Amino acid sequence: MFHTALTLKDLGLLAQGAGWTLMITGIAIVGGTALGTLFGVFRAVVPWWASIWLGFLLDIFRSVPLLIQLVLINAVFPMFGMRVSPFTVSCIVLAIYTSAYCSEIVRGGVLAVPATTRRAARSLGLTWWQDMVEIVYPIALRVMLPSWIGLTLGVMKDTALVGWIGVVELLKQSQILISRMQNEPLFILMIAGLIYFLISFPIARLGARLEGRFREND
Amino acid sequence: MFNYSFHWRPALQALPQMLQGALVTVELAILSMLIGVAIGVVLALMRTSGNKYLDYLALVWIEVARNTPALFQIYMAYFGLGQLGIRIDSFVALLAGIAFNNAGYLAETFRGGLRAVPSTQARAARSLGFSALAAFRLIVFPQMFRAVFYPVTNQAVWAILMTSLGVVVGLNTDLTGVTQRFNVLTFRTFEYFAIAAVLYYLIAKFVTLSARLLAWRLFRY
Repeated sequence: MFHTALTLKDLGLLAQGAGWTLMITGIAIVGGTALGTLFGVFRAVVPWWASIWLGFLLDIFRSVPLLIQLVLINAVFPMFGMRVSPFTVSCIVLAIYTSAYCSEIVRGGVLAVPATTRRAARSLGLTWWQDMVEIVYPIALRVMLPSWIGLTLGVMKDTALVGWIGVVELLKQSQILISRMQNEPLFILMIAGLIYFLISFPIARLGARLEGRFREND
Repeated sequence: MFNYSFHWRPALQALPQMLQGALVTVELAILSMLIGVAIGVVLALMRTSGNKYLDYLALVWIEVARNTPALFQIYMAYFGLGQLGIRIDSFVALLAGIAFNNAGYLAETFRGGLRAVPSTQARAARSLGFSALAAFRLIVFPQMFRAVFYPVTNQAVWAILMTSLGVVVGLNTDLTGVTQRFNVLTFRTFEYFAIAAVLYYLIAKFVTLSARLLAWRLFRY
């Protein structure tokens, strides 16, 4: 008979951890998408020599491991005498990290709209803003949405690293349970893995389906 | 207010050891990529084999690798396998975790690569008198290679970044591990990790730029 020392209360703790995982993901995605859209549109519309510094800056966040970014930013706040909770630091770092990837997606989406289409819109009398909202956005969205869903799932999985600076999210919680119940790490990890999988897999499938449908219409 | 005095000198004195750590990081990334490519090719072939069971088996690997965090996969190797009586040290656990992850992502890349070359091309080559091997080597492979080159180099950069996770399971010989070792001795967190960040950036950029140079050299008509 299968026997485990894991109680319902421990399962509740894991669910709580999953809650933190989702919360950090949500904040990082909302903040990162807003920032990333701003950066991406800026990079797509101004000439390359005017935005190369921003491209360089954002590239740093894509070339340095997230773990190092978390530790570094976590160490910066105390220098200014500020006490910032690990949760806040995690949200800030992940939002910037997300914006670095999101800006590339947005830039690619905006540049995927043919210049002739945009010129036609402008010569029909649409303002720059109308062109952006009514013409570029709907066309670019089809290019951006599948990658953006992929980014969201990537960030969700990357939140597993914030446990290192002391946020008790899902994976950290399962590690705590593992060190408390020495003899069944496999079972606890399987539950945590299953939760990650159940969050990620349906959304990944949705993204793949959207991508396929958009390709059909092209 | 800003009340922190930087101490770069002792941090820079640790540079030789950190460079040694960077070497371990690169070694880990290369090994995990080699294993990942080998398993990825096998998984892609299993997916396209037409055998239902092989297909499902490969699909499970790919979906688990793509839908759970890399750190979770490393934990599975480090804590999970231990319960089954397979005790491995943190280096092997990290390598296994990253290789597992690489294989899952690369399998999809390779499957795309296989589909990128229409079967009519191989048939045309055969009817022009190419041997099966020559048709693959001269017609199919170059096109496949071209299709998977960029995704594979991307994954290589990911592999480098993922090696930093070893410190979480207690690895202290790679770049992050060495950095953390100095950090707990001195509590000069910012200085040491800033140097590590620069080193990681340089490694990642080196890979990206050499890939771009190589692609420019290889893929021009």
